[in-house]
Amino acid sequence: MQTNKSKNSSATPKAAFYNRAEVRSVVFQAIVFLGLAYFFYTIYNNTLTNMEARGIRTGFGFMSQPAGFDILLSLIPFEATDSYGRTFFVGLLNTLLVSAISIVFATLLGFLVGVSRLSSNWLVSKVATVFVETFRNIPLLLQIFFWYFAVLATLPGVRDSISLADSIFVNVRGLSVPKIVWSDGASIVFYALIAAIAGAFFLSRWARKRQESTGQPFPTLWANLGLIIGLPFIAFLLMGLPASIEVPKLEGFGFKGGMTLIPELVALTVALSVYTAAFIAEAVRAGVQSVSHGQVEAAAALGLPSAKVLRFVTIPQALRVIVPPLNSQYQNLIKNSSLAMAIGYPDLVAVFMGSTLNQVGQAVEIVFMTMMVYLIINLTLSMFMNWYNARIKLVER
Amino acid sequence: MKKSVLFGLVTAAIFSSNVQADTLDDVKKAGMLKCGVSTGLAGFSQKDEKGNWSGLDVDVCRSVAAAVLGDASKVSYKPLTAKERFTALQSGEIDILSRNTTWTATRDTSLGLNFAGVVYYDGAGFMVNKKLGVDSALKLDGAAACIQAGTSTELAIADYFRENNMKYKVVTFETSDQTRSGFESGRCDFLVSDQSQLYSLRIGLKDPDGAVVLPEVISKEPLGPVVRQGDDKWFNIVKWSLNAMIEGEFQGVTSANADEMAKSGKPGQKRLLGAEGDLGEKLGLSADWAHQIIKQVGNYSESFERNVGMDSALKISRGLNAQWNKGGILYSPAMR
Repeated sequence: MQTNKSKNSSATPKAAFYNRAEVRSVVFQAIVFLGLAYFFYTIYNNTLTNMEARGIRTGFGFMSQPAGFDILLSLIPFEATDSYGRTFFVGLLNTLLVSAISIVFATLLGFLVGVSRLSSNWLVSKVATVFVETFRNIPLLLQIFFWYFAVLATLPGVRDSISLADSIFVNVRGLSVPKIVWSDGASIVFYALIAAIAGAFFLSRWARKRQESTGQPFPTLWANLGLIIGLPFIAFLLMGLPASIEVPKLEGFGFKGGMTLIPELVALTVALSVYTAAFIAEAVRAGVQSVSHGQVEAAAALGLPSAKVLRFVTIPQALRVIVPPLNSQYQNLIKNSSLAMAIGYPDLVAVFMGSTLNQVGQAVEIVFMTMMVYLIINLTLSMFMNWYNARIKLVER
Repeated sequence: MKKSVLFGLVTAAIFSSNVQADTLDDVKKAGMLKCGVSTGLAGFSQKDEKGNWSGLDVDVCRSVAAAVLGDASKVSYKPLTAKERFTALQSGEIDILSRNTTWTATRDTSLGLNFAGVVYYDGAGFMVNKKLGVDSALKLDGAAACIQAGTSTELAIADYFRENNMKYKVVTFETSDQTRSGFESGRCDFLVSDQSQLYSLRIGLKDPDGAVVLPEVISKEPLGPVVRQGDDKWFNIVKWSLNAMIEGEFQGVTSANADEMAKSGKPGQKRLLGAEGDLGEKLGLSADWAHQIIKQVGNYSESFERNVGMDSALKISRGLNAQWNKGGILYSPAMR
């Protein structure tokens, strides 16, 4: 360092200390940072002082207090005697559940519609166009109400359920299906499944390497499917069928036993998937159209069948255009899932910023926590999508 | 919802001087009382086609406006959901919250708010579909409930089913209209709410006779107006405006005879109407504050019968809400 500095000073006339670029950049940034920190500290301090002066309780002490209310759907065990803190996790998991399912469906449907819009079949492309223009131009809240209050609410009552083989029931309270009850030895089946997934992963890698070096394709999809389904199935047979089936039965007011898919989740998933799929379809169309037509013609000239042209030529190049807007659509979907409370689906906003906030009354803490959750979920998703985007982008050699 | 909460956050964050606010001054300056009411609940606060609000809760706002501004119509109503209501009051968006709000110890002590009295003694109850043939809440084991989010009823029903070792499923909606739609579609077997609301929800059903209200009342739900803590002058005004209506009924003063009673009534009546004594001055109001309330809004009985009682579609009997000397528990502290 010392020698460097002396070299510099000998080469150029020495500037005044406060005029040196490196000093300036640090000093001004420090000043801005301190100013901002002071600003936020003032807001924080003012809020606390004011709330105290108005006799409003502050702090996070409420999190360990018993909640006292029940929640429709919970992925973790929850009772009214559990704490407010637990209501936070119940709501969070429900938000993640509906977001994850909807993202999968929206992506599949979006790709399908996007590609259909470019189809040379007049009917297919017009249906896809009508789908996109209808669903992306109607407010999402109205669509949620439509699916819930207009479509699902017209299903028959519990006692007039539509039944399939006396084991699957559809009614206004949802879809009741038989549940598999695992008994002793079921863990082996589970381990077999994990082993099969790991095996499939390595098999795909090996197949890709082989194809890259020798050009010989390997039926990866079928081999993996066989592995993932076959291995656990063999384990299941070997362990002597360690499971039984519990069929839902109409008892008293509703169905007992089995699993029930609640209509709130269905309506919200359908609405979010369809709405977002309309936007994804447009991104997919843009992506596919961005691939120059010469590429497709060249691939065809080489004798590739059209399915392989799509898979190996068009889609890899289209993805580079599709993925960045896809990221925004996923984030929009997660944020839009907070409309859940309009139809009584217990997501984070409905449970934590709804029931809990109203029982506790500490809006500042609860709203802050809820905002942070959405911020963190979306930043994490964004990081993943950026990583994926970097992976698929054009590799320049 | 979010707008209101965020507004509250921002206001709480920025304004540090608003602590010792003088609501009376603010209201007089604005010439308008900002009153938080429900988004629409028959009998308590509802808007007609012309945009006029009416109801028992609305009459509380009107009586405060009559007392403070001398004109019961100078109220600007702010419809709020159950979730928004406290934040709206805390942040100063409204001057008084009169929105079928249950007076609970937690709300009174931890929200920086004060309950200024009870306008309606209520209790949570059940409405069930008649077809189920249920005649008691104790037969509801395993049933599904529709309920409105952010209400004290959410807690009452959890307690009740736990106490009686029964199980239930709960579907929680945001507004009472959505709750009713859920009940109507058969999503749940019964609807839980304050009894007064059950009657008003029931007459809004497509087939009111298809639903019955069960006799059980499972909780205490005293409903009353709420004001911000720390402004005792305003607290007193709201408290005594309500009491003036109750005392008006007790003294036999009505909107029709108020003018006459002020001249030739008994001492108690004259004192209430401001013809004797200086109650108005002590409250920081004009001498005829209660006179204006009763003349423009009516006494408690008039307001009750007009909005929820026998002159209304709800036909709720006075029950607990009768005067103390007529079998109820309505009692105004001494007006002297």
